[in-house]
Amino acid sequence: MAPEKTPAGELCSVPALLARNARVHGASTAYREKEFGIWQSWTWIAAAEEIRAMALGFLALGLERGDFVAIIGRNRPAHYWSMIAAQMCGAIPVPLYQDAAADEMAYVLEHCGARFVVCGDQEQVDKVLEVHDRAPAIEQVLYNDKRGLRKYDHTNLNWLHDIQAEGRAAHTRLETELDARIAELTYDHTCVMLYTSGTTGKPKGVVLSNRNIIETAKASSAFDHLTDKDEVLAYLPMAWVGDFIFSIGQAMWTGFCVNCPESAETMMTDLREIGPTYYFAPPRVFEGQLTNVMIRMEDAGRFKKRLFDHYMAVARRVGPDILDGKPVSGMDRFRYWLGDKFVYGPLKNTLGFSNVRVGYTAGEAIGPEIFDFYRSLGINLKQLYGQTEAGVFITQQPDGQVRSDTVGVPSPGVEVRIADNGEVFYRSPGVFVEYYKNPESTASTKDAEGWVATGDAGFFEEGTGHLRIIDRAKDVGKMADGSLFAPKYVENKLKFYPDILEAVVFGSGRDTCTAFINIDLTAVGNWAERNNIAYASYQELAGHPRVLDTIQSHIEEVNRSVAEDPMLSGCQVHRFLILHKELDADDGELTRTRKVRRNIIAEKFDDLINALYNGSETVFTETEVTYEDGRKGSIKATLTIRDAAVSEPQHKRMAAE
Amino acid sequence: MKDMSEGYTTADGRKIGGTMMEMKNITLRFGGVVAIKDISFDIREGEIRAIIGPNGAGKSSMLNVISGFYIPSEGEVWFHGSKRPQMKPYQVAQQGIARTFQNIALFKGMSTLDNMMTGRMTRMKSSMAQQAMWWGKAQKEESEHREAVEKIIDFLEIQAIRKTPVGRLPYGLQKRVELGRALAAEPKLLLLDEPMAGMNVEEKEDMSRFILDVNDEFGTTIALIEHDMGVVMDLSDRVVVMDYGKKIGDGTPDEVRNNQDVIDAYLGVSHD
Repeated sequence: MAPEKTPAGELCSVPALLARNARVHGASTAYREKEFGIWQSWTWIAAAEEIRAMALGFLALGLERGDFVAIIGRNRPAHYWSMIAAQMCGAIPVPLYQDAAADEMAYVLEHCGARFVVCGDQEQVDKVLEVHDRAPAIEQVLYNDKRGLRKYDHTNLNWLHDIQAEGRAAHTRLETELDARIAELTYDHTCVMLYTSGTTGKPKGVVLSNRNIIETAKASSAFDHLTDKDEVLAYLPMAWVGDFIFSIGQAMWTGFCVNCPESAETMMTDLREIGPTYYFAPPRVFEGQLTNVMIRMEDAGRFKKRLFDHYMAVARRVGPDILDGKPVSGMDRFRYWLGDKFVYGPLKNTLGFSNVRVGYTAGEAIGPEIFDFYRSLGINLKQLYGQTEAGVFITQQPDGQVRSDTVGVPSPGVEVRIADNGEVFYRSPGVFVEYYKNPESTASTKDAEGWVATGDAGFFEEGTGHLRIIDRAKDVGKMADGSLFAPKYVENKLKFYPDILEAVVFGSGRDTCTAFINIDLTAVGNWAERNNIAYASYQELAGHPRVLDTIQSHIEEVNRSVAEDPMLSGCQVHRFLILHKELDADDGELTRTRKVRRNIIAEKFDDLINALYNGSETVFTETEVTYEDGRKGSIKATLTIRDAAVSEPQHKRMAAE
Repeated sequence: MKDMSEGYTTADGRKIGGTMMEMKNITLRFGGVVAIKDISFDIREGEIRAIIGPNGAGKSSMLNVISGFYIPSEGEVWFHGSKRPQMKPYQVAQQGIARTFQNIALFKGMSTLDNMMTGRMTRMKSSMAQQAMWWGKAQKEESEHREAVEKIIDFLEIQAIRKTPVGRLPYGLQKRVELGRALAAEPKLLLLDEPMAGMNVEEKEDMSRFILDVNDEFGTTIALIEHDMGVVMDLSDRVVVMDYGKKIGDGTPDEVRNNQDVIDAYLGVSHD
């Protein structure tokens, strides 16, 4: 069944895999979506028919080979189908971030020159129509949810279901053409184009071929023994490469079922109802869930709280070892078994993790406590390291070798090497073809032999062969006295505290380091409630002296731990302030995947950074904010700046003795 | 005023039909107090009709007359071309009139879903015994009603609170659930008693959008009472203005805005 390098016409494209699945797994469920309170489902045969009708409809509307089809919407079966339907017509799907503002969308739509745009609902249609004059190539707009769109001019606007009906009606006329186009697809045809979120500058269109996607899906499915019996919940942005690999690549390769939640707000309920066996989430989702559990346990009765504390201690002690198959005494196994009956089992059920066989986290570093919490419950949570340019996988952790501070060993088929300056390079069948319309960037990222620069600095740990990532290579700098400056390293340590949502550390070329802190409203708000601290707004809570005290103690603790590292002891935070607003992608401070855009923040809050370094105790500032609908406003605040105690670096102490 | 007996077209191009409900010379007395004095106006098929006025003008009383809760002391209510006899409120509901209340009147301990299911009451055909025993017609019927309610849940975007007891919901969401319960009855005429009272700007914007969408998607005729003038003028096709139980203005928002009596009632006028 497994295809060799390039078996012509056979299993070398997503449409070909779909046909295979309809043949082999025909009657099993391919897609589920919760709608009207019920899980609606489609078998592979039904899905294949829907997708084919959509592709015929696209042909009827005049979709050509090589056209780009933009898809903007939340995870819904029809949106996944439209990507495959586009591929069937020889076109290239380009999923976009649905929460992007119209301006950001305009750039991508213009850059790829999309002729067709598939929108989830009225909100997305409005954005597309708004930027139409900046992306004049757009000819047809299609939408999935009818609501509110009845009175729009429908000259070039169509309901996706109408298009399918048209396709079905015209099948005798168009079928030959469609089959010919499907048969043309090879391993080297473009499968999808994904735009990078762009921590610096404009997003770049990463072109991934069928070879990239299918080879990656094949290798990674084998790595984790995925089968057609697995279940995933598709809830991460469709524009993100991970979702494409999981919900299309791996789902098509193995034939497992993709479940789409009812809405973003019901995600947690839907997760519990589905009970996925294979689960992926960025660290912030795991963090959020753990924070919720802890908050609810704080409010629980005394007996429950004691039971929870007791058995969680047992789990922390022996849980990870049991998961890794290491020797554990019979008594401890019995205790853990009891704990599973009383605490872990019900807790996993509430979280929706009862059936999880393989769970992954990636994108950011995950706090060791958070990681260990899930591992100790018996959830096989692992880390992977990847990039859009790699078709996700660069390294991942094999079962039984899981640790919170490494990102694992090179994935099957991937070669990794570390350059002299510490930057990580890789080469694999998943390596992207090019950046669309951007040969300079392609050349500077990928060399002639196919080695790709990650832009991350890291090293292989001696003994285990696991990769450890320190920071973005370009963010790693020198301080005034020449010592190493790695902001991410400190920020991650800070972010592991539930109170701290985001941290930005400055200090490149300076004598000392300083930091901006964003508090986590859920955690700090709950703390405020329990301590009878009244507050009217985020801003007020962020400026509360007792909140400042708590954050200061966290920073001092982090300083102590940073001081122990001989290389990075210069990165201790001397002064900090708590920002009056949450860093937000709408204001350009974060990327859509919630990564900090350091330069933009430094530029925007220039006055605050000055205040951190000129010794003042308070600073007045006015910041422009963008609302979700694109309107602008401003907030004013006077922020308090605090000094944090720093520790004497350990190695200096030793040298002095 | 132009003749509109055959319906008219609104500024945004919606077709408004003929008369659905007509109030003829309604007077309502409570003992010696005259709450409504000789008021006549009509509500047309498919329009959004607002009733405005200062506090104590008799707006809620008027809505209660329409919903059959109060029986007018004098005057007649005509509905779909025939005079409405004296009716109990549930009979009025069966005629296709549903309402929400100024002070939310939901069952606080019940979930959003259950509250909305009660809105289907007038449409249930199986007997109480059948429903209690989950037997016969009741089974099939309940899934049909559940389906109708789920469509409204989807429409109002309240999937996430489907199973939450409404007493635990914030005020704005409770208002939305109440609207949902009224919609569950699939009314022809929907009465909204201060749907935006006590809401912040964002909640008001949401609610306005839902009111417009209800009118647009389901073709429901809407009569509403509201204090927020901005909202009234934006939403409604025609406005009745009441003051001290009397009608002092009736027409499009623009006409009403320029009506001297209305300006006097709202801004006050000196009597010298």
